[in-house]
Amino acid sequence: MKVVAKRPASLKENKFHYCPGCTHGIIHRLVAECLDELELREETIGICPVGCSVLAYDYFNCDMLEAAHGRAPAIATAIKRLLPDKTVFTYQGDGDLASIGMGEIIHASLRAEKITVIFVNNTIYGMTGGQMAPTTLLGQVTTTSPYGRKKEWEGYPAKMAELLAQSEGSAYICRTSVHNPANVMRTKKAIKKALQIQQAGLGFTMVEILSTCPTNWGLGPLDALAWLENNMIPYYPLGEFKVKEEE
Amino acid sequence: MQKVLMKGNEALAEGALIAGCKAFFGYPITPSSEIAEYMARKFPKLDGVFVQAESELAAINMVYGGAATGHRVMTASSGPGISLKQEGISFIAEAELPCLIVNISRGGPGLGGIQPAQSDYFQATRGGGHGDYRVIVLAPSGVQEMMDFAIEAFDLADRYRTPVMIMAEGTLGQMMEPILIREPVQQFYEKPWATTGCQGRAPNVINTLHLSPEFLEERNHHLQSKYDEIMRREKRAETYLTENADLVVVAFGLMARVVRRAVMDARKKGLKVGMIRPVTLWPFPDEPIIKAAQTARRFLSVEISMGQMVEDIRLAVAGKAPVDFYGRIGITPNPEEILREIERIAEREGF
Repeated sequence: MKVVAKRPASLKENKFHYCPGCTHGIIHRLVAECLDELELREETIGICPVGCSVLAYDYFNCDMLEAAHGRAPAIATAIKRLLPDKTVFTYQGDGDLASIGMGEIIHASLRAEKITVIFVNNTIYGMTGGQMAPTTLLGQVTTTSPYGRKKEWEGYPAKMAELLAQSEGSAYICRTSVHNPANVMRTKKAIKKALQIQQAGLGFTMVEILSTCPTNWGLGPLDALAWLENNMIPYYPLGEFKVKEEE
Repeated sequence: MQKVLMKGNEALAEGALIAGCKAFFGYPITPSSEIAEYMARKFPKLDGVFVQAESELAAINMVYGGAATGHRVMTASSGPGISLKQEGISFIAEAELPCLIVNISRGGPGLGGIQPAQSDYFQATRGGGHGDYRVIVLAPSGVQEMMDFAIEAFDLADRYRTPVMIMAEGTLGQMMEPILIREPVQQFYEKPWATTGCQGRAPNVINTLHLSPEFLEERNHHLQSKYDEIMRREKRAETYLTENADLVVVAFGLMARVVRRAVMDARKKGLKVGMIRPVTLWPFPDEPIIKAAQTARRFLSVEISMGQMVEDIRLAVAGKAPVDFYGRIGITPNPEEILREIERIAEREGF
């Protein structure tokens, strides 16, 4: 029998705890496949956030740390500075990265920290039960924006890829989605490119990945994928926002 | 050994380098900034890491990451900044990451002032952040000890896998004294738990999330047993003329040197006064106080605060003698006013 698909070596043999239809599992796998293909598993230190992916240290089969809410880029900064030959990535959600960790992410980018940030944007706080995130769309109903997010009350959703592309320290900033197979493949390419640019020492790298939260959106998995495509992509356009090929 | 004139903050920073410290992460705040400035000058030449963080939150989380690599790392700040660091210190304590945190302390609450104070005593000795944890707290009383305690702090941190704090009044950070420069530390600890990339071993995980209540409790018992060991082995104090003393004055840090002078002057006047100087604030050195309470008729805590350590003295004395308090904030009491307070008590109590 020929093996055509198997678990990447960079994933542990644990079952994901994620809800049905959640795309964290896909994104974990993509990161792990990239680490395998670049032969980085044993040279990598990952930092997981507070949020649904708080348990990512149970899934990635490399050295891992669990950070305080929003602080992963600060932890990554110190690790990379002290171990400059290693590969360092953070895995962060939208509340973690764009709300409580806004300071840490911007300054990691401005300092051109040679790290890779996997930013999973599903427009909502998943783990705490569906509260408004900094990336919640205008009109979107959450438990803390029960009448729909209004610009007069809650202001505007944060466009992190566009924001961080403005920083001179950013070497690779890309936004992708995982709502269909073609975009899953594009996401994998982007993650690999980000890791390679980190290895080349060109600066800060981030892949923002549009993701679903069927449970807190109140949608079935397929409807959630369609909602992402129809509502998120128009506000959060896909593509590369910054690519630094050399110093 | 070479004797040089050094500022307290710089002596502490140099002590950290002597101890093999490889990285400093900090944010400027008076009266601690010379430590950061010293490291900013030194580390680029020593292949070390200096990062001026965007905030105290980021700085202490850099300490978390830096310590996780197995290197000796530190931060330094003062009251308001130490408050911000508490989130990270709680995580570092539970993750059992060795590091040095320095509080060159000033008066609060709020922004307070930049004059020296000891009013962060509660914050330092009760853990400071959320959850059941403690940090070892060393209180130097001179510039030589700023250096020596920095060296010692890294050793304690590694030995017990715990954050260690040095708390010194702002005066001590700013003043100069002649000191002996110590020899570089040669012996270091194995750190098989460090996250350095998992080549040739199973992956290491550094984590403070324990969703199983049984495991969370187990972790807490583990920490407490470590703290019990620290309490058994690391309590440190200096005693001065406490035998047959009617009144025992307790003071720490630079304050203790001022009190010692007042005690000497009181002895010259024939008053039976002694002194105890806690060197570790946590674990609190209760033994010499318990011993003194067998004969002393009264205790007096002198602090640059509104009265914090006095509670630990009362716990140690356990009702065997009354404990008075004399303190100021932002202003270090001078020997004359402490002597007046001693005389006032002696007269009132008929010593």
